[in-house]
Amino acid sequence: MRFILRRVGMFVFTLWAALTLNFFIPRFMPGNPLQDLVARGRGKISAQAMADMLASFGYKQNENGFQQYFAYLGNMVTGNWGVSLTVAPGAPIRDMVLSALPWTLGLIGVTTILAFLAGTGIGIAAGWRRGGLVDSVLPTTFVITTALPYFVVGMLLIEVFSVTNHWLPNDYTYDYTIVPGFSPGFIGSILQHALLPAAALMITSVGGWILTMRNNMITTLAEDYIRMGRAKGLSNRKIMYGYAARNALLPNLSGFAMSLGFVLSGAVLVEWVFNYQGVGYLLLDAVDSADYPLMQALFLLYTVAVLVAILASDFLMLRLDPRARAKG
Amino acid sequence: MKFLRSLLHNRKAVAGLLILLLIVLMSYVPGLFTSNSNPDTLGQYDPQLPISTAHLLGTTGLGQDTYSLLVYGARQSLQIAVIAGFFATVLSVLVGVTAAYLGGVVDDLLSMLTNVVLIIPTFPLIVILAKYAGQSNTVMIAVLVATGWSYGANQLRAQALSLRNREFLESARVRGERRSYIICFEMLPTMSSLIVANFLGAALYSVGAAAGLQFLGLGDQSHDSWGQMLYWAQNREALEAGSPLWAIAPGVAIAVLGASFALINYAFDEIGNPALRPVRRKDLRAAAKAEKLRKEGTDHALVDAA
Repeated sequence: MRFILRRVGMFVFTLWAALTLNFFIPRFMPGNPLQDLVARGRGKISAQAMADMLASFGYKQNENGFQQYFAYLGNMVTGNWGVSLTVAPGAPIRDMVLSALPWTLGLIGVTTILAFLAGTGIGIAAGWRRGGLVDSVLPTTFVITTALPYFVVGMLLIEVFSVTNHWLPNDYTYDYTIVPGFSPGFIGSILQHALLPAAALMITSVGGWILTMRNNMITTLAEDYIRMGRAKGLSNRKIMYGYAARNALLPNLSGFAMSLGFVLSGAVLVEWVFNYQGVGYLLLDAVDSADYPLMQALFLLYTVAVLVAILASDFLMLRLDPRARAKG
Repeated sequence: MKFLRSLLHNRKAVAGLLILLLIVLMSYVPGLFTSNSNPDTLGQYDPQLPISTAHLLGTTGLGQDTYSLLVYGARQSLQIAVIAGFFATVLSVLVGVTAAYLGGVVDDLLSMLTNVVLIIPTFPLIVILAKYAGQSNTVMIAVLVATGWSYGANQLRAQALSLRNREFLESARVRGERRSYIICFEMLPTMSSLIVANFLGAALYSVGAAAGLQFLGLGDQSHDSWGQMLYWAQNREALEAGSPLWAIAPGVAIAVLGASFALINYAFDEIGNPALRPVRRKDLRAAAKAEKLRKEGTDHALVDAA
């Protein structure tokens, strides 16, 4: 019980810290949405008219900082995120975020899960067959692939698959000439457009799972209970999956939960390189044109995603690992 | 000394160190690699020339020699990684070791801070900070340090906690040494390999994050860097416009620098935990031989094998 309270306390505190950070950063920095809009309007609209417009969207430049802060906290928590100032002036942020969200969840979420499954499988095999072909080549290869920046891999893939060969599209989420709907053409188009960015993420993320799983396997295989299993005459299969992999997987699971939390915010650049209109693309757009309310809502969303994932993984660990239960 | 020797016996470490050495040379003696000392100047050559002996990687869409840009871009990318990695490590040591050694309320507060920084989504935060704080290398390094220390602090805290009640620290306390002496001269040396590993991890993180920022146009615009090359290449649609090497060369260079840090880091893991080392045929044979000799009961053979 104490454990759970601690974790929930941590959740609330981190959320507050992130929200506060998010409030103060843009306000302490030079530049504001008004200047940005004026610069964009290139003098066609007067500064006063701009200020009036922004005020009608709820941007109050001269209000007292404290009042702004508490109003902001309340609005963020209740989901009242206001309207976009500069990216799409006047559009409700909630709608913008909701329409971008499924693309990111679909592309990066699915890729994260696939990378975890594939990496864990390969890692188990490599750790089990120590000194085998898989085990001798893989570590070096994957130490290198994990160090590659994923957006660079993305650019390489674009060069090979869509510029040189025209096999796959290199931008947007689907072919805009197709009417969205539950049709094979539309779904095919979505998959086609997701393939390259997904491959870029997969190449750079699978290695980490392989290496940690392999290393955990090796450590676990040296345990006494494995020897005990062998002495009892259990089949190799049973020892590999039921005894070694099962225990080696535990530390990786919380890492996996964490990476699910970072689905929204961890691969911002891949969306940028591929012009993929997810929440990461939206953030870069917002930063580019000083759209505070949009930035703040996105940052809140990112943080909540991570916090929820961590909380979920803590509870999952409590269920799965008796040692964690004993400690709590 | 013994440690250095095991580092040089590890193939991954040697490969990583060689790459790093090459990049260091490129950064500080670029004249060795190219005779063009002003690769920035626009329109020096015809744009988008293909690969030739005069232009090893062709020319960019802006009429610069891609190869010499690449050579001159090394310095910034390397410096940012090393400096940011260094300060992030210093910060993690300070926070992690202080938290573990002092314990109590200080530990609770510092651990809380570490966890908060660990959880807050870093890249969006760096983008926002870099956007507002202006585009200079100092700002970028500060931002990378501020976001990059937390992981290491957690690890170092855990190791320092496990050291806290060891006898050699107890005896130092009994000798009446000052706290600062115990931390600096007794604890830190014991933790040095983890600290070095942390530095490499932080440097690797900085390479990627800095390249990402520069790629978005949030880096220092007045000096060459690999991320900067990527930014211009993307800006001018180099891939589509027929000068793909403009984008690919710096991309690969960033990857190679990152890989060198990662290789050395992994080698450290292998040295620290021998079970992870690759199994080599030679080792298998040596092990079989040692086994045979052991059965014959010769003690010195055991010593040799070890």
